[in-house]
Amino acid sequence: MLWCVFSFICTLYFLNSGFARDYDFIVVSDPFLKKTPIAVTEFKTSNGSSVEIEDGKTARQILVDALNFTGYLKSMNPEAFLSNPAQTGIKLGQINFRDWTGIGADLLVTGGITVENNHVVLELRLIDTFSQKLVVGNRYSGSRAKLREMIHRFCGDISYALTRNRGVFDSRIAFVSTVNGNKEIFTCDFDGQSIEQVTAHKSISLSPSLSSDGQFLAYVTYSRGRPEIFIRNFASKKNVIVNHKGMNISPAWMPGQKTLAASLSFTGDQEIYLLTLEGEMIKRITNSWGIDVSPSFSPDGRKIAFTSKRTGTPQIHIMDIATQDVHRLTFKGRNNTSPAWSPDGRKIAYVGIEDNGINIYIMDVDSGMPVQLTMDAGDNEDPAWSPDGSMLAFTSTREGRISRLYVMNASGTDQRRLLKMDGKQAQPNWSLLWNKDN
Amino acid sequence: MKNRQWMNVVMVILVAGLFLMVSCAKKPVVVDPGPIQNQSTIEADEAKLKAEQMEADRIKAQRLKEQLEKEKALAMVQAAKDHFVNQDVLFEYDSSELTSEAKLLLKEKAVWLQANPGVSVTVEGHCDERGTTDYNLALGERRAQTAKSYLVNLGVSGSRLSTISFGEEKPVDASATEAAYRKNRRAHFSIN
Repeated sequence: MLWCVFSFICTLYFLNSGFARDYDFIVVSDPFLKKTPIAVTEFKTSNGSSVEIEDGKTARQILVDALNFTGYLKSMNPEAFLSNPAQTGIKLGQINFRDWTGIGADLLVTGGITVENNHVVLELRLIDTFSQKLVVGNRYSGSRAKLREMIHRFCGDISYALTRNRGVFDSRIAFVSTVNGNKEIFTCDFDGQSIEQVTAHKSISLSPSLSSDGQFLAYVTYSRGRPEIFIRNFASKKNVIVNHKGMNISPAWMPGQKTLAASLSFTGDQEIYLLTLEGEMIKRITNSWGIDVSPSFSPDGRKIAFTSKRTGTPQIHIMDIATQDVHRLTFKGRNNTSPAWSPDGRKIAYVGIEDNGINIYIMDVDSGMPVQLTMDAGDNEDPAWSPDGSMLAFTSTREGRISRLYVMNASGTDQRRLLKMDGKQAQPNWSLLWNKDN
Repeated sequence: MKNRQWMNVVMVILVAGLFLMVSCAKKPVVVDPGPIQNQSTIEADEAKLKAEQMEADRIKAQRLKEQLEKEKALAMVQAAKDHFVNQDVLFEYDSSELTSEAKLLLKEKAVWLQANPGVSVTVEGHCDERGTTDYNLALGERRAQTAKSYLVNLGVSGSRLSTISFGEEKPVDASATEAAYRKNRRAHFSIN
């Protein structure tokens, strides 16, 4: 109805417009959220070919994995199912609701698949078993290679119907990995799949930051000897280099803008500056002797949170860019760094170092109340919000003291490994997927 | 270790030198199979030969001594250079301030830099692995800058000193122990 931004879908229409407007939305930031059981049934094939059967199985598995990844849905074991809509019919009127309410499935997903000449059509429905209503009903089509993308589009539709937010399914994570020896920048999908290597400097490359539309990647590299910021344009495949005297570090994009904040030390003192896409200086933001690094913008781009040592220890401060008013956000602990402002603007995630470990905290910007999200599980750093604000990616040494990437729900629950890769991984940065066709 | 290697070098030179002296000493004693001359001429010749031989030996010994002294001086120069490069200035946790040990070491480095006016160096700032990447890059730069400023205040020209920070990217000891952290929080000097 509203979100018809479909790049690859040739035909799309709602199978039923009786959308449940009075649906209770799930508040994903609730720490006491009970996961909703969802039954994802076998996909009904159209002509029963082996390709349809195989693709149907693959599609169902991608769907189950993606729904479980949300942290608020829990896919049920199919062995408990009392009926099989793939045989009896996948449409609303063909569902025996008692079969599903009886086993505790609050939500039901049915699917149909047609494969012809390398072209797939998926007919997917999300059904509320208690109200017996169709919540989402869409047809998705594209080449077989786009199967994963199509399923994730359906997941985005499910997410929007349940939470009024499209979720993480069309997002990408940039990170640093030593898998090939040197620190290089890589990207992967929200679930750690589809890994791509972005840089091959064979040097030290650090601190990736994706613009909010995903088209630009700013990062720090020593490839020419000292730390400089490279701004890569994925469309033109060209780099702009920010190479002032001294250090050029800590790039961070202003949300929705082609403006970058970075910490530069060409004056002999590290200060935070605003830069254009071409690396031209717009203005200096901070003006205080000592370390000023790690800027993170508020969602409206008017304020930055940053790490400053102006009070003697590294602490998170907030500055209003227009008025240059600064106030200190963190007071508990002697070492608080690496702020990440939440997409809803209400919270700032950061890293606190205490004698007993390095952990991720979340601070309510208004109340100033910190909540510890990680504990007793290695050192935890680099918090990065998912674009929808439902999750945080982070680095942890909890397994074998090797730094690897993890994700958790915004409330700190469901902490799990994001991807399996050799070497060390660090500094995740999460953004929307850049859509080449837009 | 350095001293022992140096002694070995000296020993090799000394032994080689002895062989040279022995072989040279033998040559003049070889009997000349020519016609017999009168006794006084022979004695005079012998005395002359002996004097020449003594003079040659003296020159050899002198040269050897000079060479040894030269090598010793060179070794001292190299040792001073090694000391300059290998001794890192260490810092406390989350600090870029110079401790009294750090200041002493920097004074030694200033002396060396003034004795070697043609040399320019890079001061590298490093951190232990605790703390976040960006903050440590900034802290490493502070450490390098503090060390450089101290040397400039001691009279070393700032144009001979450049700085770079590697943050926590290049630990000398990658283990997660206090001892390793201590070694890693450093300003390292490399000669350009």
